[in-house]
Amino acid sequence: MTFLDTYVVPTAIIVAQILAIVVPLLVAVAYLTYFERKVIAAMQLRKGPNVVGPFGLLQPFADGVKLLAKETILPSGANKIVFLAAPMLTFILSLIAWAVIPFDAGMVLADINVGVLYLFAISSLGVYGVIMAGWASNSKYAFLGALRSAAQMVSYEVSIGFVIITVLLCVGSLNLSDIVEAQRTVWFAIPLLPMFVIFFVSALAETNRSPFDLPEGESELVAGYFVEYSSMSFALFFLGEYANMILMSGMTAVLFLGGWLPPFDIAPFNWIPGPIWFALKIAFVLFFFLWVRATFPRYRYDQLMRLGWKVFLPLSLLWVVVTAGVLVAFDWVP
Amino acid sequence: MVVQALVFYLFAAVAVASGAMVITSRNPVHSVLFLILAFFNAAGLFVLMGAEFLAMILVVVYVGAVAVLFLFVVMMLDINFVELRQGFIRYLPVGAAIGLVLLAELVLVTGAWTVAPGVPDALTAPVPPVAETTNTHALGGLLYTRYVYLFQAAGLILLIAMIGAIVLTLRSREGVRRQSIEAQNARRPEEVVEVVKVTRGGGV
Repeated sequence: MTFLDTYVVPTAIIVAQILAIVVPLLVAVAYLTYFERKVIAAMQLRKGPNVVGPFGLLQPFADGVKLLAKETILPSGANKIVFLAAPMLTFILSLIAWAVIPFDAGMVLADINVGVLYLFAISSLGVYGVIMAGWASNSKYAFLGALRSAAQMVSYEVSIGFVIITVLLCVGSLNLSDIVEAQRTVWFAIPLLPMFVIFFVSALAETNRSPFDLPEGESELVAGYFVEYSSMSFALFFLGEYANMILMSGMTAVLFLGGWLPPFDIAPFNWIPGPIWFALKIAFVLFFFLWVRATFPRYRYDQLMRLGWKVFLPLSLLWVVVTAGVLVAFDWVP
Repeated sequence: MVVQALVFYLFAAVAVASGAMVITSRNPVHSVLFLILAFFNAAGLFVLMGAEFLAMILVVVYVGAVAVLFLFVVMMLDINFVELRQGFIRYLPVGAAIGLVLLAELVLVTGAWTVAPGVPDALTAPVPPVAETTNTHALGGLLYTRYVYLFQAAGLILLIAMIGAIVLTLRSREGVRRQSIEAQNARRPEEVVEVVKVTRGGGV
């Protein structure tokens, strides 16, 4: 009985909580692909998917079944274990980060003290899936894509780190729930607007989204690092990439848009429960991801590096100093 | 406690095993990947000890940045594995000698290790008390007050290392056409675009 109470019941609860996060997340990923195709279609005066199911709503599942039914191809020159581990790693990393994201007050799987650092660590590991895939494929296109992506993701992580430090200075805690609670009076997107913009652009680069999608630049590298992947191994990369987009949007919502908090704490707004606000904010940021993709051409590689190291890094470093200075000068340090 | 002990042995065993694989695997890329696994398990051990800040910093700095650059370099190397194995016997004595010297130094260091007099008291009653503070606050409080000069000195040393690396690798080459962003942004459409009325069949 004690064994049941001490080990089995808590494990079962944790597994149930994990499922409660992962299943909606995967549905969200499926419908993000649909959302993306519809939004970009609307921006380009097309109709987008409209054949499978009403309004094309079953299109993501049709795509999923198609990918499952295809043959998994292992290139003969590939390093088999690393080749198969890379998509798994990408997918796992995109899921485990959700453990610390707070959906409402107290509604979080692991409310750890170093939540922001955990998120930062997990997002900095995303590069391994890409670099391992590129190397193990034993193909020059995949390898070039992986090298580009390694340099790109490491560069933009630096400015993301400084942006996070600025937010932390205003909060005085590394716990994500504390960060959201600190935004009760004003969302950090308003006082830290430049940092918000830098974070969003760096998030685009970190998730390899257009206009920074050089690692998969189809016009010169075919499909970049996952050119040799097919069927489910490709689908795992795809799922991981879109789950990462949702994760970065979630991070933006937590750090700058007040997480689960309503925009105004008055009657019609605070009737809506916190998780719905959080989902709406994520959807809002995701719309920007798609909007950018439909609008901007791809960056050239040297311009990408220039933006990261010569523009964002000095600017975010300056803002860390300015924020710290203002906080100390007005005695606002939390 | 049983679960904690089991997890400890899991992390420790995987860390030691992957450490051994780092030096025994034939492919250098596999070595780096095993090194990353070892870092991960070390981070897991830190978490078990309640040092969550150190664990996360280990992952961010070593796994997220240093090992990526390491992997980057190792992947770019053009290595002939047969050639790599050839000198093994010839260099074995030198390698063994260096290993022995390092081992002797380690033994000497740990043998002559003295614990500072205040440490036992600090361990029994830490200031601030463990229950009241997170270890991020505790580390920050110590690092920016008592050890602030050492901390700044460490930063300066890293800065010098960075400048050194840049000085060693920076070379200005002749005849490279660089993009001047300022000049490009200063261009106005009136100055560089000419609208021409093209007559049919006449060309420009």
